[in-house]
Amino acid sequence: MPLELDIALSHLLRRRRQTAISVLGVALGVGFFIGIASMMQGFQRYFIEKVIDVQPHIIVKDEFRAPALQPALLAYGEGAVEVFGLKPRDEVRGIRGGRAILASLREMPGLRVAPTHTAQALLRYGVKDVSVTVNGIEPALERRVTNLEKALIRGALDDLYTAGNGVILGIGVAQKAGVTVGDTLSVISPQGVVLKMKVVGIFSSGIVSMDNFEAYVLLKKAQILHNQPNVINRIRIRLDDIEQAETFARRLESRFGYRTESWQEASRNVLGIFVIQNGIMYSTVGAILIVACFGIFNVISTVVFEKARDIAILKSMGFAEADIRRVFIIEGLIAGLVGSVFGWLLGYAIVEFLASLRFPIEGFVRGEGFFLYRTSWHYAIGAAVATASAVFAAWLPARRAARLNPVDIVRGL
Amino acid sequence: MTETLALEARALTRVLPGPVPVTLVENATFAVRRGEMVAVTGPSGSGKSSLLYLLGLLDAPSAGQIWIEGSDVGGLSSDAQARLRLGRLGFVFQFHFLLEEFDVLANVMLPMRKLGRHRPAEMRARAEAILADFGLADQMRKYPGQLSGGQRQRVAVARALANDPAIVLADEPTGNLDSQNAHAMFDIFTRLAHEQNRALVVVTHEHDLAALADRRLQMSDGRVATT
Ligand SMILES: Nc1ncnc2c1ncn2[C@@H]1O[C@H](COP(=O)(O)OP(=O)(O)OP(=O)(O)O)[C@@H](O)[C@H]1O
Ligand SMILES: [Mg+2]
Repeated sequence: MPLELDIALSHLLRRRRQTAISVLGVALGVGFFIGIASMMQGFQRYFIEKVIDVQPHIIVKDEFRAPALQPALLAYGEGAVEVFGLKPRDEVRGIRGGRAILASLREMPGLRVAPTHTAQALLRYGVKDVSVTVNGIEPALERRVTNLEKALIRGALDDLYTAGNGVILGIGVAQKAGVTVGDTLSVISPQGVVLKMKVVGIFSSGIVSMDNFEAYVLLKKAQILHNQPNVINRIRIRLDDIEQAETFARRLESRFGYRTESWQEASRNVLGIFVIQNGIMYSTVGAILIVACFGIFNVISTVVFEKARDIAILKSMGFAEADIRRVFIIEGLIAGLVGSVFGWLLGYAIVEFLASLRFPIEGFVRGEGFFLYRTSWHYAIGAAVATASAVFAAWLPARRAARLNPVDIVRGL
Repeated sequence: MTETLALEARALTRVLPGPVPVTLVENATFAVRRGEMVAVTGPSGSGKSSLLYLLGLLDAPSAGQIWIEGSDVGGLSSDAQARLRLGRLGFVFQFHFLLEEFDVLANVMLPMRKLGRHRPAEMRARAEAILADFGLADQMRKYPGQLSGGQRQRVAVARALANDPAIVLADEPTGNLDSQNAHAMFDIFTRLAHEQNRALVVVTHEHDLAALADRRLQMSDGRVATT
């Protein structure tokens, strides 16, 4: 065994209880990190996986991000002209030249497109009113841009064709309205058109905002419902490479002018909450680790104080400053490593315990218990951070030990 | 041809700085050859320990030079001085100063392991040989707390000899020993000098022990006088 390790162990074994407590602190930090990270990342990955599965990766909308430049501003660009109260233009006619845009998108490699008409409407069944977003789709094309079909728990996409006036509802919508497949309800648009439609399918995507607020009908029916024949106001796009969504959306927007949202932008609220969640997770784990570091700092400082005489002996024997420092750094390293190993066991136990819990949850997604993501990365990161912190905590007392003057100690006795 | 001196002090001075500077050692000049035992005597507070710390490179002189085996050590880095302490110097304190968590054999092997010049089996054999030589053959697996004062001090000397140093410095090694143990300790020192050809500097305030040395340095108020 290396000499410095031998001496370090003798010090830690002498202060067993204090050492055990600081090791426990590290273990708690690592264990909770593994547990919380698995839970949060599990949830986040599940959400994103669902979103990019059942929603298009990019949507071109019949909206503009900024109000159009006003003639006054165009004329006096440099001057003191400011125009207030402008609203971005509302396109009652949907996406102008939609067919041409669709055609040029179809030319591009690595993506598939589908036209849709999306607008708000009211479902009325008996005395119940439920407001929904009605998506008018072309089932054959929709199948190419989302995996909505996979989320269907009753019926099929093609039933929209066969039933005269078919509608597919999210499971939350169906429950709120109290309808099931085969029931006929009224769909009322803001334009005052009322259509009698028959429920031909129910989907459960797991994404609460979809399941509780969306309905799908044939594109033609949506256009009739909103009194906008032949209008499309959304172009839905699916990419082969999901990573390209944001950059591609920006390219399309600058090319066609219409507001173009990547799935990240569409889910910005939720993704923003993820950032906060992660921040809370890292601060919690960081706080535990800081406490653990105080523990380590404390034991090693005590040992340095208690073992000042031994340090003087070692120095007089021929140990250099770096050798003394190494002894105490090794002590921090041991506390960090041993704590990490116990933390792994604890983390594993936490994850398996969470996995065993069964209960209904409904937040951004619906599920039966926690979504857990198990990866050895959590173990590696937890141990690396904990060990680095432990070594850092050992550094200060180690440096003090290395600088002790043996003569001062010997004279002091 | 002149033989290289093991240890040499040239106008060695140590002053503690402060509002009222304290002179611990003043202008000490002397030399010690291998095979020679020198006793340092003097009243309490005369600077004997201070001189020995300087010679042992545990403290830095304010002025003057220390030469070890023919070279000035003043300009050496602290790491290089640590290596000299490890390989060429052996230091014995008044109190035994053993590591309590290590048994006798492990204590003696500490400097050898630090130096790392020999294989573990050789280090062990060598440590056992030194301890046996000091009559500690059956104490090797005991811990310092289980030994008598005289035994502990012999272990401390054994440890100082671990790396076969040319120079052994001992600060009142018999201060805590009864007269029988003290004489046994001095017999050992005489052998180290005369049989093993080392240079020994031993601080003592006991005159009958100092009388056993080849030469005596008398200290008073930080000054060294040869008697
Ligand atoms: N840190 C210090 N501050 C002030 N004076 C000091 C300090 N250290 C030592 N001294 C003084 O230096 C002088 C020499 O001390 P030193 O320990 O070398 O004496 P000594 O000859 O070894 O005495 P003893 O026989 O009692 O061990 C003493 O007068 C002591 O009081
Ligand atoms: Mg003294």
